[in-house]
Amino acid sequence: MPPKANMRPPAKPRNAFASLKRIFSYMYGFKLHMTFAVIGIILSAAAGVVGTNMLKPIIDNIDDALKTGDWDKDAFIGLLVVLSAVYAMGAVSTFVYQRVMMKVSTTTLMRIRNDLFDKMESLPVRFFDKHTHGELMSLYTNDTDAIREMLSNSVAQFISSAVTIAGVLISMIILSWRLTILVIVMFFLMIKIVGFIGSHSSKGFIAQQKALGTVNGYIEEMIDGQKVVKVFCREDKADEEFDILNEQLCQAATKANTFANVLMPIMNNLSYLHYAATAIIGGIMAVKGIGGMTVGTVVAYLQLTRSFSHPITQVSQQLNSVLTALAGAERIFNVIDEQPESDDGYVTLVNADITPDGTITEAPRRTGRWAWRHPHKADGTVTYTEVHGNVEFDDVYFGYEPEKTVLNGITLYAHAGQKIAFVGSTGAGKTTITNLINRFYDVPDGKIRYDGININKIKKDDLRRSQSIVLQDTHLFTGTVMENIRYGKLDATDEEVYAAAKLANADTFIRHLENGYDTMLTADGANLSQGQRQLLAIARAAVADPPVLILDEATSSIDTRTEALIEKGMDSLMEGRTVFVIAHRLSTVRNSNAIMVLEHGKIIERGCHSELIAQHGKYYQLYTGMFELS
Amino acid sequence: MYRTIFSNVGQYRKQAILTPITIIGEVIMEVTIPLVMAHIIDDGVSRGRIGYVAGLGGLMVVMALFSLAFGALAGRFSAVAGMGFAKNLRSAMFRKVQSFSFANVDKFSTASLTTRLTTDVTNIQNAFMMFIRMAFRSPIMLICATIMAVRTNARLSLVFLAAIPLLGGAVFFIISKAHPRFRKMLTQYDDMNAKVQENLIGIRVVKAFAREDYEKKRFKDNTDSVRRAQFMAEKLVILTMPIMQLVMYGSIVAIMWFGGNMAVDGDIKTGELSSFIMYVSQILISLMMLSMLFIMFVISRASMQRVAEVLEEEPSIKDNETAETMPQDGSISFRNVSFSYYNDMANLALDHIDLDIRSGETIGIIGGTGSSKSTLVQLIPRLYEATEGTVTVGGHDVKEYSLDTLRSQVAMVLQKNVLFSGTIRDNLRWGNEKATDEEIIAACKSACAHDFVVSFPDGYDTDLGQGGVNVSGGQKQRLCIARALLKKPRIIILDDSTSAVDTATDSSIRAAFRRDLADTTTIIIAQRITSVMDADRIIVMDNGKITDIGTHDELMQKSSIYREVYDSQQKGADE
Repeated sequence: MPPKANMRPPAKPRNAFASLKRIFSYMYGFKLHMTFAVIGIILSAAAGVVGTNMLKPIIDNIDDALKTGDWDKDAFIGLLVVLSAVYAMGAVSTFVYQRVMMKVSTTTLMRIRNDLFDKMESLPVRFFDKHTHGELMSLYTNDTDAIREMLSNSVAQFISSAVTIAGVLISMIILSWRLTILVIVMFFLMIKIVGFIGSHSSKGFIAQQKALGTVNGYIEEMIDGQKVVKVFCREDKADEEFDILNEQLCQAATKANTFANVLMPIMNNLSYLHYAATAIIGGIMAVKGIGGMTVGTVVAYLQLTRSFSHPITQVSQQLNSVLTALAGAERIFNVIDEQPESDDGYVTLVNADITPDGTITEAPRRTGRWAWRHPHKADGTVTYTEVHGNVEFDDVYFGYEPEKTVLNGITLYAHAGQKIAFVGSTGAGKTTITNLINRFYDVPDGKIRYDGININKIKKDDLRRSQSIVLQDTHLFTGTVMENIRYGKLDATDEEVYAAAKLANADTFIRHLENGYDTMLTADGANLSQGQRQLLAIARAAVADPPVLILDEATSSIDTRTEALIEKGMDSLMEGRTVFVIAHRLSTVRNSNAIMVLEHGKIIERGCHSELIAQHGKYYQLYTGMFELS
Repeated sequence: MYRTIFSNVGQYRKQAILTPITIIGEVIMEVTIPLVMAHIIDDGVSRGRIGYVAGLGGLMVVMALFSLAFGALAGRFSAVAGMGFAKNLRSAMFRKVQSFSFANVDKFSTASLTTRLTTDVTNIQNAFMMFIRMAFRSPIMLICATIMAVRTNARLSLVFLAAIPLLGGAVFFIISKAHPRFRKMLTQYDDMNAKVQENLIGIRVVKAFAREDYEKKRFKDNTDSVRRAQFMAEKLVILTMPIMQLVMYGSIVAIMWFGGNMAVDGDIKTGELSSFIMYVSQILISLMMLSMLFIMFVISRASMQRVAEVLEEEPSIKDNETAETMPQDGSISFRNVSFSYYNDMANLALDHIDLDIRSGETIGIIGGTGSSKSTLVQLIPRLYEATEGTVTVGGHDVKEYSLDTLRSQVAMVLQKNVLFSGTIRDNLRWGNEKATDEEIIAACKSACAHDFVVSFPDGYDTDLGQGGVNVSGGQKQRLCIARALLKKPRIIILDDSTSAVDTATDSSIRAAFRRDLADTTTIIIAQRITSVMDADRIIVMDNGKITDIGTHDELMQKSSIYREVYDSQQKGADE
């Protein structure tokens, strides 16, 4: 199989705006919510600004009372009532927008995850050959977490800061446009500094994410292979290697966070400098009377400068989390944009009613018989072909990588109900043949036919549904034993599941498990022995009841005595089906209709057992080799 | 729990302490700068004294520079301390996992261990950095502002007596409710990650059964549970902000009301009232910061618990690290050994086993699926601990050895084996770090791996990819055997390690073993009779018990199970 390519960098968001737009596109159906949220954010920020501005008239009211000795208490109470109302509205708006944003952001996140998973399921097997599990896992963990961070904090922060800045700026311009020039100069200086530190810091964060990816990948691989590590006493060596990666992460992270942490004090103190400058210039202007500047205006103006820098600092704090999130989003979208498994198949699998004279009609229910529904584009007609399970290979060449062919001109015919065995040393191409029958990998048109139909024309799902495969590496899923067997046929009744388990001779051991068929299997069935897992996999294939069965070393971990016990079951399982068997144990393949001996991707011998024995060729050697010691 | 976790600050304690100290400096500047500002307005600008304004302005610049220096230092220190702490924590966990026995690993599951080492550590790291930066800042701000407020007007300060308990009560309520919900959320996260992981591993099965849509549907249930759990947890946390605003705004209105009345009566000046309002916001903002800190702490507490669970887990096998016991030979004996995966004598996987294996002997083990063959041999390198009885290797109880010594003397090729990313050579060197090329080639020849390795364009430098995806199942098994051989062990155990290897190769491997490893005790678990029939003795296991021991010929006579197995494989050879 091809070596894994590293897909992790580009870590820096190359097209930040596009990614952002795309994240927002996941908020479909939330237009009303978002409108409410934005209004809430604006009201909440405005309440703060208005509330602060309202303190002045209240104080003025008291000042007037002190000066004139006549307190307009009604006006005072009135002002306080308005103030309370503004504040109450502010708090309520905060509550509303946060609540709404929560709903939107959690749902958005869920949609992105679902989309990513949907895409992942539709990608060709080749994709998984090229990417490590750790890499793909981190899309679901690190990268989505970063988007969550951005959605739940940064978005609201940005809007509210923008509102505050705009409000303050307007008040400033009204007070004195001349002093505002200073503010604008200051503003650009701040932006420059934020930009400078921000770019360093985002570079740092990108390095950190990359180092984090490496560390997580290492953790994933080592923890997964933990038992092997122990058997080889590699604990110290693993510690050592881990320390190196961990140290690199620590350094990158320290650098990134130092920049991020330093930004806040710089902005803060810059605002003090701004304040001092404004005081001095404003003071001079007031004294000289330039532009009708009064002392009162300068005082009011100075208060505004203090509330000006705060939101800028806050926005700059959010910048890093936004950059990290966008980089993560881009990685996620890269996978979502991957080419899915191509499927131009239009021939579908349907339930069929077949009359004794061979007329096939489509049936709306399960009839136990199947047909290929083959629409013809040219004349718009539809023909039905009964599913028998005939498989033909016509001079098939194939390689996982273009320059390395694994199969060199394979031609074979498997007739319905036949048992075809592949024998040969490891790497001869046995598994590859089965990978082509179910189209895990594609070959050029017309080379493989299924019931006479070019398999590239058959819809992949339907093609695969017509076949069951039992792999050497058995994978079970989290769930009960019952659910795992039912994986083969989702609507199987309990009785069908029991029958399949009995067929695979798994019933006895299952009933001995803690909760029988309801025993939960976790972590790929870690609590079962290898052989037991294979028995379950056979049961899973049996319940599917397909016309074609592929057994790739399906019984390698089952002892021969048990295998002998299930042989009857296996025989009835294979009855009437086209079966492809790969096995090293020649006793398993002995009774096949045809045995293909493969070497270097070529069929070097073919025939039934007795024919091959009579040939005294490779098969004969292998077969006698098995008992050379007896 | 906290001690377990925070002891990992370790060598970064200096920075962890310096952070709050520099922050105190910054805060002092921050509190005094507004006083200077007040002077600039009251005594400078208001009276038109430009020189005074310029002087104080200059002072302010100097103070701002100091504040900047403190702030920058604090930022640096906290980054060093926070990231260093995370590094130590990860390292401590990784080391801990390395010390785990198989039983410990089974208990946590590998997916959960991975999340704990990644996501949970990141959560704690962020909380910690936030904590050392804010834990002192807020209280000091709080104290300074309170002092100023009380000095300005003690009577008006009574408003705080109402405000603070209100805020405190609300925050306490939120924290106590939020914690279990965050824990639940993390569990949902685990489940979701497990789903992704098993789909990655089992993608071929999913595709072979055309179950993509089914898996998508199930994943949607997972993500929906995550979404709901997250919503439940965070909807509490987001209450803090509006509650805080309500309390703060309420206090301001109350102060305006009482203060206004007092001012009219001449008990307080309006200027004082203005500054009082400023102190109120400072006090309440610091309070909110504190409560945010608490909440952050609570959120990370769920993660801390999960990390502490790993760190506090006792390895179920105590390594006798300093022991210098060396095995005298390659003999093995089991004395009345019973074993249960659940530590439950009623549910035994191995039932009172007695067995003696001489040094250099070749032993075959045959038995049905689930007859505990693997369990039996895993007790020899002490991968699991016998529940009852003693296992002896080379004349000593296995507990008397350090695990390093024991496991370097007992090589085991696991049934479910793993190769790691890296070249073939890197992987083989697992067996012996210092192996020369000659030794590597010799081991590969014994394992019948040399020929196919050199057939690759890059030979021993071929990159295997993660999990050894670039070689076939049989090739993988042979590499695993070669890797074990490089240890030059006294005992080698092959746990069904040639199941994917064809019979011819299988028999050449055994021939090579007889030739190259004559003195090594060899234990072979196999399904094929041919793999074990030439062994010195063959053990027949059934249901956790040894039913018979003997040579092939003896067993053919006395063991009905053995005969059945033989017949099932022999059939066809006779035709």
